[in-house]
Amino acid sequence: MASDTLAHDHHTDTHSGGSWKGGSEPFKASYGKLMMWYFLLSDAFTFSGFLIAYGALRFSMPTWPVPDFVFSTFPGGFHHLPLLFVTVMTFILLASSYTMVRAVQEGHRENKRGVVVWMMWTILGGAAFLSCQAWEWNTLMGKEHMTVTTNPFGTHTVSGKYLEGDGHDIKEGDTFVAGDSYLMHKHEGEWAPLKYTITDGPDKGKEGQQTFGPKAFGALFFFITGFHGFHVLSGVAFLLIICVNSATGLYARRRNGYEMVEKIGLYWHFVDLVWVFVFLFFYLL
Amino acid sequence: MSHLTYDQSKTIANKTIGILAFITVFEVLFALLGKGYLVEGFHISGWITGGAMMVLSIVKAYLIVYEFMHMKYEVPGLVKTVLLPTLLLVWAIIAFLAEGKYWGTSRVNVKNPVSQVESVE
Repeated sequence: MASDTLAHDHHTDTHSGGSWKGGSEPFKASYGKLMMWYFLLSDAFTFSGFLIAYGALRFSMPTWPVPDFVFSTFPGGFHHLPLLFVTVMTFILLASSYTMVRAVQEGHRENKRGVVVWMMWTILGGAAFLSCQAWEWNTLMGKEHMTVTTNPFGTHTVSGKYLEGDGHDIKEGDTFVAGDSYLMHKHEGEWAPLKYTITDGPDKGKEGQQTFGPKAFGALFFFITGFHGFHVLSGVAFLLIICVNSATGLYARRRNGYEMVEKIGLYWHFVDLVWVFVFLFFYLL
Repeated sequence: MSHLTYDQSKTIANKTIGILAFITVFEVLFALLGKGYLVEGFHISGWITGGAMMVLSIVKAYLIVYEFMHMKYEVPGLVKTVLLPTLLLVWAIIAFLAEGKYWGTSRVNVKNPVSQVESVE
């Protein structure tokens, strides 16, 4: 079978100079662009593995932190603004994707100034996104004490009435129903789970207290958004290098429509694409 | 390679970013509406909002890959070698979510390994 195929190829080659002799581009794309596509394909599988793990673990837990409760802070001391900050982050990344498209278009018509200006906007967008992520992580770790192994975002499985307050959102006498979310706070460096009376179900009248949420949430959140953030960071680094190279006229001399800008553009859009799904899994569902 | 003029591709990029921004705003508002944040006491089933989000995210992914990454203008062979392997993920998603459900229902049958260690000490 194998020798048949080889013989056949040889036959075609001698007569038509076919695709297997080298020198031609059957996909009408340069080797660099093609390899960028296949790198992105493999990267897509890595991210899919992470996100599928998130889905499987989430499905295996009786409760899961509610995203609009977890992600409801906004810079400037604002609280209870569900999803607003991550929406801003999404728009920053979308905008930087657009400026990248513009840079590639300017490259196609060999406009050096256009390429450099639009790439600088893209770098700015990437840096802004990373700053937002730094703020988000800092809030989660520094103020809300979420770590890779600790998840203070819990969900009530019964209804009840609090016997004490935490000095933040919960006051003594506040009531809650099953499915409500809460954030366990620290008091003087120690975890201080609040006590409450259960008001329904078989344990009615008994005393209960807040517990930690599913441990996997912190690990999945920091690893997946961290892996994505690392992609953004390396993207910004490569954008900077290619922006400087464009400005020095290196790519203009190549006369290939700024193909290097096109390749980093593919990568940058992919980072945006991954964020679409991180946004879906972590924040919307 | 694209055969569009500079102005044509610029118009397409403007249109695409507009649609992407619109879908994103719609998704967030729909998620908040479904969970009862916008209209007091009004909820939509998580299956409906979740399903809509997934479809809309795939539309966004299509726009990014086909317009921004220019997949639309590549030769069919290249498109197939990149997109066909991703179809394998469909089964991976179904299988692992089903597996996750099974872990969830099996949890009651598993002794907590952490408490076992503690009782030994």
